Amino acid sequence: MAVAQALEPVASPATPNAWRALARRAAAFVLICVVVIAAWEGYKALGEATKGMVPGTAIRLPVRTDDRSLPHTWRIVGSLFEPVRASDDTLLISNLLRYAAFTWFEAAVGFVIGGVFGFALGVVFVQSRLLERGLMPYVVASQAVPLLAIAPMIVIWGSQAGLPAWLAVSIIAAYLTFFPVAINTLRGLQSPDPAAIELMRSYAATQGQILWKLRVPAALPYIFTALKISATSSIVGAIVGELPSGIQTGLGRALLTFSQYFTTGPERLFGAVLISALVGLAFFSLVTLAELWLVPARRRLE
Amino acid sequence: MTHSAVVQLSDVNKVFGGRGANPVRALQDINLEIGTNEFISLIGPSGCGKSTLLRLVGDLIAPSSGTVRVNGKAAHEARLRREYGMVFQQATLMDWRTIGQNVEMPLEIMAWPADKRRARARQMLEMVQLGEFERHFPWQLSGGMQQRVAIARALAFEPALLLMDEPFGALDEMTRERMQMEVLRIWGQTHTTVIFVTHSIPEAVFLSTRVVVMSARPGRISDIVEVDLPQPRTFETREDPRFFQKITEVREALRRDEVRGASS
Ligand SMILES: Nc1ncnc2c1ncn2[C@@H]1O[C@H](COP(=O)(O)OP(=O)(O)OP(=O)(O)O)[C@@H](O)[C@H]1O
Ligand SMILES: [Mg+2]
Repeated sequence: MAVAQALEPVASPATPNAWRALARRAAAFVLICVVVIAAWEGYKALGEATKGMVPGTAIRLPVRTDDRSLPHTWRIVGSLFEPVRASDDTLLISNLLRYAAFTWFEAAVGFVIGGVFGFALGVVFVQSRLLERGLMPYVVASQAVPLLAIAPMIVIWGSQAGLPAWLAVSIIAAYLTFFPVAINTLRGLQSPDPAAIELMRSYAATQGQILWKLRVPAALPYIFTALKISATSSIVGAIVGELPSGIQTGLGRALLTFSQYFTTGPERLFGAVLISALVGLAFFSLVTLAELWLVPARRRLE
Repeated sequence: MTHSAVVQLSDVNKVFGGRGANPVRALQDINLEIGTNEFISLIGPSGCGKSTLLRLVGDLIAPSSGTVRVNGKAAHEARLRREYGMVFQQATLMDWRTIGQNVEMPLEIMAWPADKRRARARQMLEMVQLGEFERHFPWQLSGGMQQRVAIARALAFEPALLLMDEPFGALDEMTRERMQMEVLRIWGQTHTTVIFVTHSIPEAVFLSTRVVVMSARPGRISDIVEVDLPQPRTFETREDPRFFQKITEVREALRRDEVRGASS
């Protein structure tokens, strides 16, 4: 109940201003897309005009501009709507969307596990300086270990423990997400003015009451900052985690396969990359919407 | 006799940073007894331990030696029984809560039922003349209004003792005078005992029944000035020659300390 209370929406954040800000952001996104496409095609056109040289010099352009290395943007989008192979008229995009949904599911479970674990760590650390001092170095060190080294270990341990493969992938995603949540939760829980804490003590508030009525609401903007980072990194974690797990129906496998066939069908890899990026963006947007709902405009950190 | 004292400090000493760093003698040999319905001001140079003294009474820190009793009980017990309300220089309102919800905070902690909480919050906001701002958020209020909310919040659970640490320090002179009248009116209505920290001599004299003059390094009580001006204090009080006489008395007490401090 205390959680529900702390998370209760406090003001109506969906003011005209919020919508205008959202529209502005969407416009900026479209604009950036246009700029990226223009730069991509411009670079390609330049390379074709100069036969792959920096204009007026004998220096090669860093990336080759032929259709094998750098397909036209419309070819990339077009390939999404072609059949996966001659014998199978399923469209590439319908496969990719199915993979994306699966990867997203793994990432979302990891996001929740990592979010809860990170939040719990933040709470433990704010209650105990001793534990913070003792454990924080390990928390930080955990992120210095490359994910590529951790992922196969988690997959192997997971299968030995009888976990389904997708859950091992979720745990790998959680490994990336818990860290920013833990750090930001701690910062947020520590953010109230010492005077506010003394005030609570003067009411003889319990530690739990100070936590749920003061620290957690104060930390909410910080936590959302972390969740937005975690939303995208959980997708990255899930994609990387799928590689050693042998899962065939996720974006990770698709990216791996298409990169192996890059020379014959580069646009498919780019298509898969595009879908992966869109999944990350969609997850990020979802968390941003939740923030819009739960954190009043005045308190959002940007 | 001692039972009628609301606050009783006996031989209180407070030293900060005992081991390691240079210890600071914040308070030395404090003896003070405050009776029911008194209005006590603490005045003295910066760093003389006024806030420390207030925090000791509120059991937010513990004395290094000596005893602090509130309503005949240990200060710790008094805090657990919610016998005092506290107001700081900053209003420290929670900006995710409306004004009404801010006033309800202590009542929520004390597990009052929701309807009683709301009714009391409304009543307290009426008292500080902010009734129509119940649904506003703190940032929509001026500094003076926020401070009135903080006072309403401190009084919401009718504590017998009100501890105020430079509550009007950040306000302009006009607002300050209005707030002084407000606090006096509330004090007259509710029979609370007030301990009020201030840097302003006229403010201390205008509000108080007694002004406790403190000196620094180490923090001590150097003088206590009885202010026997007629109650209730009004606008005319500020023009009463006895008012100026008391101001002079407090100022001289403060200066005596300065001279003593400089020569020692
Ligand atoms: N938590 C603390 N740790 C260490 N020293 C402290 C602490 N709190 C106060 N002191 C020291 O105790 C002394 C008294 O501080 P206090 O805040 O009570 O003074 P004050 O009279 O309220 O001053 P001001 O008028 O500036 O608010 C000061 O020397 C201060 O440095
Ligand atoms: Mg002070």
